[in-house]
Amino acid sequence: MLDIKNLTVTFNDGRPGMAVKGINLHMEAGDTLGLVGESGSGKTVTALTIAGLIERDNATVDGEVIFEGKNLLKCTMDEMRLLQGKDIGVIFQEPMTSLDPLMKIGRQIEETVKLHFKLKAEERRNMALEVMKLVGLPEPDMTYKKYPHQLSGGQRQRAMIAAAFINHPKLLILDEPTTALDVTVQAQIIDLLKRLNEKCGVSLLFISHDLRVIKRVCKKVAVMYNGEIVEYGDTEQVFSDPQHEYTKELVAAVSARRKVNA
Amino acid sequence: MRKTPNYNLIFGCTLTAITVSVIVLGFFWTPFDPDAMSSAEKSMAPSLKHLLGTDNFGRDILSRVMEGAGTTLSIAFLAVSIGATFGTIIGALTGYFGGTADEIIMRINDAITAFPSILLALVAVSITGGGKTNIIIVLGILFIPSFARVVRGEFAKQRDMDYVKNAKLMGVRHTRIMFVHILPNIAPVLLSAVAIGFNNAVLAEASMSFLGVGIRPTESASLGRMLLDSQAYLFSAPWQALSAGCAISILILGFSLISEGASYRPMWRPTTKRRRK
Repeated sequence: MLDIKNLTVTFNDGRPGMAVKGINLHMEAGDTLGLVGESGSGKTVTALTIAGLIERDNATVDGEVIFEGKNLLKCTMDEMRLLQGKDIGVIFQEPMTSLDPLMKIGRQIEETVKLHFKLKAEERRNMALEVMKLVGLPEPDMTYKKYPHQLSGGQRQRAMIAAAFINHPKLLILDEPTTALDVTVQAQIIDLLKRLNEKCGVSLLFISHDLRVIKRVCKKVAVMYNGEIVEYGDTEQVFSDPQHEYTKELVAAVSARRKVNA
Repeated sequence: MRKTPNYNLIFGCTLTAITVSVIVLGFFWTPFDPDAMSSAEKSMAPSLKHLLGTDNFGRDILSRVMEGAGTTLSIAFLAVSIGATFGTIIGALTGYFGGTADEIIMRINDAITAFPSILLALVAVSITGGGKTNIIIVLGILFIPSFARVVRGEFAKQRDMDYVKNAKLMGVRHTRIMFVHILPNIAPVLLSAVAIGFNNAVLAEASMSFLGVGIRPTESASLGRMLLDSQAYLFSAPWQALSAGCAISILILGFSLISEGASYRPMWRPTTKRRRK
């Protein structure tokens, strides 16, 4: 379903070197793939490139990103727009600032429906209420009319997921979706994402620096270091038997912390 | 936590509401015909019959102030509408997209702003000839740069906010992002710019009429013109100059307070509004 071949991204604004150095990734429908790496390893740039948010004036992108037989890198802005929010949903790291502060939650959730389908206001509203129930927002009728600042961080992230999921996309790209949340809320959001994946069959491309989160959500994992994928495989296998130096250190760092905690 | 009420906005709105209702009343009814002269009642001091007295032609000053303020305000309103509409569109486009076009347009903007606007207005109006329509168009065009600059700055700031990026990721069109998402978020800044614009327009119209290039005396009464005409009688009949001058001051004070109050953000947050109920 998603095939990334030899993707290379270089910024034109004087930042040295390549942000992403010829990576290859492959995802089937319903897959959960984790992308791990430290800050600056190129994982967010990869996600933004797939989502079409890399401004083409600022960066040189080479290679192929094939989504359902279509090369996204060759798509025009308008073609991209048809996919965004419909077949590809993206959820950001910052739920606190990623919602328009002056637009009601309900309207923001149904915005992509408005953009992609011609439906009556009433039908859109029903779709929004349904997806709000699905993601576990309390009292959808009330929440529909609220503004972002009236929701908690976890609720906002649920609202973001609802907005990204309302059109039942085939692929959700999640860039550190749990990093800004506290641990209990993190766990709830992870459960929600797993449920969406199992019940609705949406593929998840999950980007995080948090190995434990990746371990809980993803069947497969790719470890990025310095713009390259240094290790790729089943999550269990990669973490129990890391091959690359960097992965070993990464895994060791987490288990060392566990020992201290215990 | 109790918030202190936004006194600036409250007083500004009250003052403006009063002056505007008097002006609107003036469109339909004035105590006397503003143009009716009476040789028997020349330069009379304020009395019960003529609340603000009469001028050197025996015309009722209250009626003329009502009509003149109406002229001034309608010119200001139309000029600001032109300036704000085009300024917002230009500012939104340049601020949102940035790049070379932004640089070029903003440098042109700087060049226009470098001239004192009243001087440009005077030159332009002298060339095109006075009259209401010309003043409105000239002032409107002169106001575009200041609005464009304010709006551009705000758009450039909002452009990189997460909610805008998020909207882009959802496939929202640029025009929709600009005018449905960003514009409401810069409303406080834009509104105070509009209020300041009103001030400048009132002042500019009054100064031009005062200098004799604005409203023609045959068109209608105008506050600036009244100031000009009353100069010769400043000591013998000060109420003439005082009425026109005070009318200008009150108009401007109202708008200044509103602009001050509008940039006081909490008034625009929905929760505070709800709490006020």
